[in-house]
Amino acid sequence: MRESGSILAVVTLRPESVGGATPSFFARDEAERERLATYLSRILDAMVHDLENGTYILVRH
Amino acid sequence: MTGTEASPYPSILAGMAVGAFTRAYLLRADFRIYPTYPHGWVTHLSLGVVAALLGAVIVPAIAAREFAAAAFVALAAQQFREVRAAERDSLAALEQMERVARGADYVEGIARVFEARNYLSMLTAAVASGATHVLGWQVGLAAGIFSLLVAAGFRQGRQVGGIADVRAAKLHFEETLLFVDDIQMMAVGLQESRRYLLRHGRGVILEPRDLDARATLATSGQRQAIAHDAAAAVGLRKDYGTPEFTPLVRVDLDTGRVGLVIVPIHNSISALVEGVRRVPLLESARRRPLGSAGAQ
Repeated sequence: MRESGSILAVVTLRPESVGGATPSFFARDEAERERLATYLSRILDAMVHDLENGTYILVRH
Repeated sequence: MTGTEASPYPSILAGMAVGAFTRAYLLRADFRIYPTYPHGWVTHLSLGVVAALLGAVIVPAIAAREFAAAAFVALAAQQFREVRAAERDSLAALEQMERVARGADYVEGIARVFEARNYLSMLTAAVASGATHVLGWQVGLAAGIFSLLVAAGFRQGRQVGGIADVRAAKLHFEETLLFVDDIQMMAVGLQESRRYLLRHGRGVILEPRDLDARATLATSGQRQAIAHDAAAAVGLRKDYGTPEFTPLVRVDLDTGRVGLVIVPIHNSISALVEGVRRVPLLESARRRPLGSAGAQ
């Protein structure tokens, strides 16, 4: 079981809290964040994790 | 000694019958659907008959001073090493398409068993035909039955249920973290997925009975096998794009207890628990720290 993952995308309510080369999506509210994260999860076959600072990351495990 | 003048055919036939029956008896399919029916069966039955023939001729060949033939039989037995490689290759190729992989340990374990069972039927055939040839059919019959019984002991290896207590357990979330009882499994970000997991997910706890069991259950190979067989036992509610519904097996580092979470199609907790109990203990995953020199 390989346990390493890579971050494929970031969905956040707080654009100032993320940076770097990972594709980032800014959501206006929690509903939009949830929706964007769901779409991206299904498209990328990636797991959604809540960092609990307003940011979701999508990780391929 | 009935020896060299007696016709070798009755003993060869007796040996072949016992050897082929051994192989047939050891072939068994259950909910894991492996070996595949019918063609996997045909392959292995045919190989088993060949193995039985090889085993059955060895003693009569030596008795007839046909040492070249005996050596040739020994050489032919080498061919069965291919069986392991073939099984491994075929399972490894399928592995990429499995939604829950068996894992390398499981694949190797299955391949090893298929190879070893041919040797078993060869051995029982040799014992039965040898005893018949040298000591007459009554002894041959007894020896054949005895070797069959010994071989039958190999039919079922040890299982997870033998080293750990398996029971159903409750799923719950703390914030986004999924727990089976008090074992932390994974972080699930999407609210919808959390609801789905609470509604349809099922949890199982495995409590190892001693330290050896704990070390064995902690291996990646054994855990992957548990996830695979659990999915085989109750089916998997999961499609592409929903990695959060992948069955997970996680260890509680403090107690060595193991948690499993799965989203089953067949919503029967007893089928799931029983499926987990029957996961084979993999030879290559077995650990025995209690057997180490300093452990007493």
